[in-house]
Amino acid sequence: MGVDGVATDRQNDSLDLSFPATEAEASKGIATLSARLAAQGLPSCKSDDVKIALAEAINNVVKHAYAGIAPTNIRVDCCLFKDQLVIRITDTGKPMPDLQPPKGIPASVDTSVQELPEGGFGWILIHRLASEIHYERRDGSNLLLLRFEFDDAS
Amino acid sequence: MGLSSSTTGNTQVISVHSDRIDAAMAIQFKEDMRAQTQTGAARVVLDLSAVEFIDSSGLGAIVASMKQLGDGRRLDLAGLHPIVEKVFRLTRMDTVFRLFASLDDAMTASAD
Repeated sequence: MGVDGVATDRQNDSLDLSFPATEAEASKGIATLSARLAAQGLPSCKSDDVKIALAEAINNVVKHAYAGIAPTNIRVDCCLFKDQLVIRITDTGKPMPDLQPPKGIPASVDTSVQELPEGGFGWILIHRLASEIHYERRDGSNLLLLRFEFDDAS
Repeated sequence: MGLSSSTTGNTQVISVHSDRIDAAMAIQFKEDMRAQTQTGAARVVLDLSAVEFIDSSGLGAIVASMKQLGDGRRLDLAGLHPIVEKVFRLTRMDTVFRLFASLDDAMTASAD
């Protein structure tokens, strides 16, 4: 084992992960990263928030950035600090409309059942859960940065 | 994805046998729900106690499932894990559905 064993262990709990931009691979990748973040000390009060927002951000990439084009890899890098978590999601799909993340303004739910929205929930969730959202298009890639602050009171 | 169903009187209980309802299975879920709810039961209780994660696509599929029931029928949700309940709360869908902590709670509550 020796050095190789150590390297493998590091690989298995790495907070950086790449996977193809398909729904099935994204589903697995989200589960893997959430488990690793919890194992590496992400406060349990924040783990649900992070998992929800991370899933929405990655699903958006699969659904929108790669709509109608062949999937390449999505790369997710997480930096876990004592008081915050920074997640960077990188892909080479299509840019976001107007080069900015949607504002996630909720549609009214005070309506008849048949008028209820069935979508548009993703960015609502991200905006409500992340402390900061930053997007840029750079060298043909989308970079989405999500930051989560840990509040001791939560 | 697996759904199972049992009907008592006017109430049909549909249990989800999957630990997640996410983008990868949302369309299948909606179609399976359509098939399961052909019974015409006035009240459908969806037992989510096995579901440990839901994303916005899964949420959308549950909303769609309620819409496809049509008028005069209702969909109630039971056994929500905290993370699932949170997704409903943050999108205000907790005001649209009746949420019950457990299937027992849902069954002892009146149909309306």
